[in-house]
Amino acid sequence: MAETTYVKAITGALAEAMRADDRVFVLGEDVAEGGPYTATAGLAEEFGTARVIDTPISEAAITGVAIGAAQSGMRPVLEIMFVDFVTLALDQLVNAAAKAHFMSGGQLTVPMVVRTQGGAGQRGAAQHSQSLESWLTHVPGLKVVMPSRAVDAAGLLAASIRDPNPVVLIENKTLYFRREEVPDELPAVELGVSATLREGRDVTIVALSRLVHDALAAAERLAAEDGIEAEVIDPRTLVPLDLAAIVKSVQRTSRLVVAHEAVAHGGFGAEIAAQVQSAAFDFLDAPVVRIGAPFAPVPLSAPLEDAYLPGADEVVAAVRGLVMPP
Amino acid sequence: MVEPPLDGAQALRLLATMWRIRLFEEAVGRLARADEAHGLIHTSVGQEGIAAAVCSQLRDDDPVYSGHRAHGHAIAKGAPLDRTMAELLGRDEGLCRGLGGSMHLVDVEHGFMGATGVVGGNVPIALGSALAARLRGDDTVAVVFFGDGAVQAGHFHETVNLATLWRLPLVLVCENNGFAEFTPRSAHTNVERVTDVVAPYGLARDTVDGNDVVATWDAFGRYLATARAGGGPFLLECLTYRLGGHYEGDPAAYREALAAEEWQAKDPIVRLQRHAAAEGWAAEGEFEAIRSEAADAVDQAVAFARASPFPPADLLEELVYADG
Repeated sequence: MAETTYVKAITGALAEAMRADDRVFVLGEDVAEGGPYTATAGLAEEFGTARVIDTPISEAAITGVAIGAAQSGMRPVLEIMFVDFVTLALDQLVNAAAKAHFMSGGQLTVPMVVRTQGGAGQRGAAQHSQSLESWLTHVPGLKVVMPSRAVDAAGLLAASIRDPNPVVLIENKTLYFRREEVPDELPAVELGVSATLREGRDVTIVALSRLVHDALAAAERLAAEDGIEAEVIDPRTLVPLDLAAIVKSVQRTSRLVVAHEAVAHGGFGAEIAAQVQSAAFDFLDAPVVRIGAPFAPVPLSAPLEDAYLPGADEVVAAVRGLVMPP
Repeated sequence: MVEPPLDGAQALRLLATMWRIRLFEEAVGRLARADEAHGLIHTSVGQEGIAAAVCSQLRDDDPVYSGHRAHGHAIAKGAPLDRTMAELLGRDEGLCRGLGGSMHLVDVEHGFMGATGVVGGNVPIALGSALAARLRGDDTVAVVFFGDGAVQAGHFHETVNLATLWRLPLVLVCENNGFAEFTPRSAHTNVERVTDVVAPYGLARDTVDGNDVVATWDAFGRYLATARAGGGPFLLECLTYRLGGHYEGDPAAYREALAAEEWQAKDPIVRLQRHAAAEGWAAEGEFEAIRSEAADAVDQAVAFARASPFPPADLLEELVYADG
């Protein structure tokens, strides 16, 4: 075993992919300097600035550049520094990258990865804290990946780089420097395969990204304080979604809580809830509960941001409401 | 480096290409009015000379991108008329199996990497293909066609900045027909010439009469030779004239119709024929033979397209993601 961090796992996976495949290159704002969270630190030193390309702040154009390079046989890994700025890249992602394979009748493929990061909790205010994954999951042709732990962040990134489709991998800024014990050799991970991180008979909690850790903490409290055994599933990839594993769990527990940091309204939790009730309505003993942020932008003010963010307390309360109705 | 000027054999090949485009698009117009060809269809009648002069000098492995007015560029790059027509009719044997249509033509085999319905959207994507050439160390040259309407979009400026910063082998070919959709250029910008718009970026650039095929051939050929040797980027602004409306069915009431003789003076086909005759490259009868051969090919393409089946419904699921 070894201790590492989420961001080191990402950096290591990038370096590994670049060593293994000449077609892999990295581009984005400040990537040669390592970026604001050091995710690309050291890559320019090892691979040179021809393959670790600093770009101007031109999200639309650099996304197009990555698409063109991918269509021409390269394997670009584009960094969009904050997911908040994916807004500027959406035309290229939605109208070009996601549709090129389909619209060309299968002639073109776009094997590119967009690495970006989201999430609040660092007093970044409304334009540097968002969780925008549900927009991307709504676009046929894109794959969407959200690692929660160092142990599979590397495998998920490697699988995303190998994938022949455009993949958006959304990291979480509050997880970057979280320490984690991992095996010396990080495991391979397939896109579309969830991880059941805790087994339990009473309720299924499906949590995304940072909320995975809150869900695990909540599960420990529920076990200790209430004798409730929660099963915690990290889907790891939203598109494709490992619905089968979630349904199988719900068929045993009969209760489902879906938890993410994004605004609950129109969030990906709604999609999971809808799919589970379609597939396993007869097994559910209670309505699916969604946990997400309120329908408001992320506030700057520290107490307001803390109150805004869903966490372990909300998960505990939701599970108690489901399992121990008044 | 001085490239050889257009010779007689090349000129006749260009004429054949231009006739194929002209007659193909006239047929598309008829099929659209008959509700056989679908989608938002934009023809380039009157602008064929640029497509022919540029694409005929490229190799199959040179990636070419276009915008929404793309039939001519695809055909000039080598896309077969029959499968291109089948695409416009939404058929399974279309270039893109009927899933793309007029604004999304792609023919990878001939290096036609794609049209787009997003104005200027392919400009950065073409730069990405040029970057791929640089990273691989090959001598392919990327070319992107766009209209003057794209020049007012932010992604155009972002791309020109990057292209010049990185000195990539990209030739930007602007077809300046003076209209952005329905509105004259003068209503959208105070800068009349696209070459003036990009001047601060410092790239080599030129404005030519895009309906003068000989001039367009020469200007593009010079840039291509330098780009092939690793130079770039370049911008070639081709002043041209769109004989039709913005889209098929547009009554184009927003501008004055050209008098027939005025058009004769602008028509790139007529002008190249006159030039070829004056140079003694061909006799009058040969021009008719070229036109008639193109007409036959277009007729065959229409027959092929009509006979091709519609794609199977399960294609929808099959092609959303690539396997791998």
